[in-house]
Amino acid sequence: MVSRPMLEIVSLQKCFGDNVILRDINLKVAQGELVFIIGPSGSGKSTMLRCCNRLEEPSGGDVIVDGRNIMSGTRRDLDLMRLKVGMVFQGFHLYPHMSVLNNVTLAQRKAMGRTAEEAKARAMDMLERVGLAHKADAMPAQLSGGQQQRVAIARALALDPLVMLFDEPTSALDPELVGSVLAVMKDLKAKGMTMLVVSHEMGFARETADRVIFMDGGVVVEEGAPDEIFGAPKAERTQAFLSRVTR
Amino acid sequence: MQSLMDQFFNLEIMAKALPLMLSGLWMTAKLCAAVIVLGLGGGLVVALANVSPRRWLRFPSIVFTDIFRALPPLVLLIFIYSGLPFAGIEISPFAAVALAFLLNNSAYYAEVYRAGILSVGKGQWEAARSTGLSQTQTLTSVVLPQAVRNVLPDLLSNTVEVVKLTSLASVVSLSELLYTANMARSITYNASPLVLAALIYLVILWPVVRLVSRFQRRLAA
Amino acid sequence: MQNFLHTFFDPNVMARYLPDVLSGMMVAIWIGAAVVVAGVTAGLALACLRTYRIAICDVFIICFADIFRALPPLVLILLLYFGLPGVGVRLSGPVVLFVVLSLTLAAFAEEIFWAGFSSIEKGQWEAGISTGLGFGGTLVYVALPQAVRLAIPPLVNRVLAITKMTALGSVIGVLEILSAATTAQSFSGSATPLSLAAIAYLVLFLPLVFAARMFERRREQSLGR
Repeated sequence: MVSRPMLEIVSLQKCFGDNVILRDINLKVAQGELVFIIGPSGSGKSTMLRCCNRLEEPSGGDVIVDGRNIMSGTRRDLDLMRLKVGMVFQGFHLYPHMSVLNNVTLAQRKAMGRTAEEAKARAMDMLERVGLAHKADAMPAQLSGGQQQRVAIARALALDPLVMLFDEPTSALDPELVGSVLAVMKDLKAKGMTMLVVSHEMGFARETADRVIFMDGGVVVEEGAPDEIFGAPKAERTQAFLSRVTR
Repeated sequence: MQSLMDQFFNLEIMAKALPLMLSGLWMTAKLCAAVIVLGLGGGLVVALANVSPRRWLRFPSIVFTDIFRALPPLVLLIFIYSGLPFAGIEISPFAAVALAFLLNNSAYYAEVYRAGILSVGKGQWEAARSTGLSQTQTLTSVVLPQAVRNVLPDLLSNTVEVVKLTSLASVVSLSELLYTANMARSITYNASPLVLAALIYLVILWPVVRLVSRFQRRLAA
Repeated sequence: MQNFLHTFFDPNVMARYLPDVLSGMMVAIWIGAAVVVAGVTAGLALACLRTYRIAICDVFIICFADIFRALPPLVLILLLYFGLPGVGVRLSGPVVLFVVLSLTLAAFAEEIFWAGFSSIEKGQWEAGISTGLGFGGTLVYVALPQAVRLAIPPLVNRVLAITKMTALGSVIGVLEILSAATTAQSFSGSATPLSLAAIAYLVLFLPLVFAARMFERRREQSLGR
């Protein structure tokens, strides 16, 4: 890795009162890399992800996106940074009172300052990409969970993010709908998007991830290529976790 | 500033008005007891008619609630108090207030009960009927207890409105809290008795309002 | 029966006092409309302010909402109308009525809108914020429209209950429907003007009652599904 990392997490800490969630997390994600994070619930993986756009305020440490430290700067800088860091949630969180198209154009118009035409053109491109251009005028409640999640991905992509964060994007989906979302993510990776994914889809990780990180108790226990982690995990905790989830 | 205190927070005048106002408060209490009981009872009857499968019961109940939700309670009160004597029916202020608020409050309580009864699922009816309970038994021992529990916050907040409403009785010279306060105001040319009345209402109703808010937030979560 | 009709629905008396009652209706409509605009706007503004969770503001807003929901409006009306002149502030009857009813509606509207904001998922805020809309942008474009939608059924009910209270104006000499009717009643020696007033209120408020019921039924249906 010669180029500077697209996303860099430096000794990140997070605690709620006495309860330490993250202790000293360090991570570099290169441009175009897909880093996959696994770990038991409560290991802090979602919290770490949410610190990367400061939805969760870190207690210490730095997060650097494309060479810029997001921990410093004004409120306006923070909003501009969030435009550049796309986030996809477990619960989709589409705006229920807006059509699919308006869901995708809202931040483009109000936060980026694109004109309505530009925003619409861009939105239609992104909806095309996730295979839902024909649903542009539908309301979120009329879509399946998988379709809603793909719209949520389009909503984030439309803002031309440098990095995409996925917080358990398929955990709330019926099993038969998971594939369509993973296919979109795979396509994103193929087109060179930098991605940080928290998920339990081990098969997807094996196939698509460049690197897998195992977290437990607020620290990175082990990291390596998917074959190493899934094939021959070194740490005992990793072995225990994998034997539990892959059985 | 001093004149403001004198006009609104004159402790001397408040103390002088207090005995009279306490008798007014007692009347307000009696009035509340009467109109709350009447409203809760009347409302239940109207609500039961409203959820009945029988058309001839449902229709009059809908007309009843619509009319009394549209008429201001004060208009109803004046109509009964000043209008009925024209038809040869003499009526005491207390009876006029009780009758007017029975009609008005029944309509409002009925809406609350109705929402409660509808919130109890069909499954409860079916389960109870399948164990051999009659329609009436199912209603009284299975559905209504759940219905009331489901809408307890709304019943409570409606009761706050009912208590506030009793202040209208002052308009027909029933010597309840507000009437006695206003009388003391006109005798002393000082607004402090009205402030005292407001404080008494606050002491009684603020905790209930707070409780209602807490209740409703918990339900939303 | 003939006698009853003559007492409560005397056509001559009706014709004689209809203009007074009609002008009373206009007064009620104007004051009612002003109260709705001022009360709902103020209530919405306070609820929005509360989403910022500024401790001192919250305490102030909660106390305001509690007090004006606990106090009977008639107490406030008498207090302002008869109390303020003692300190040199003389407000006319309509102004007192407008101020008291607006404050009361604002208190209730604030609680209703706030309940609306409270029932919006946290994820909606996070989605807005993570796309760079910022807190203000998310409030305006994401949270507010949803909160308003949730608030409409209970708000219509409350607006109905409070605009009806314009009848309280009769106590402080506002020439609205009820005072026109009671004046006419004592002049004519007939109960007919009171019937006329009741009819006038039904004409004004039955449409609102129907609207309120429609919103309620719609919500019941959407909850039932």
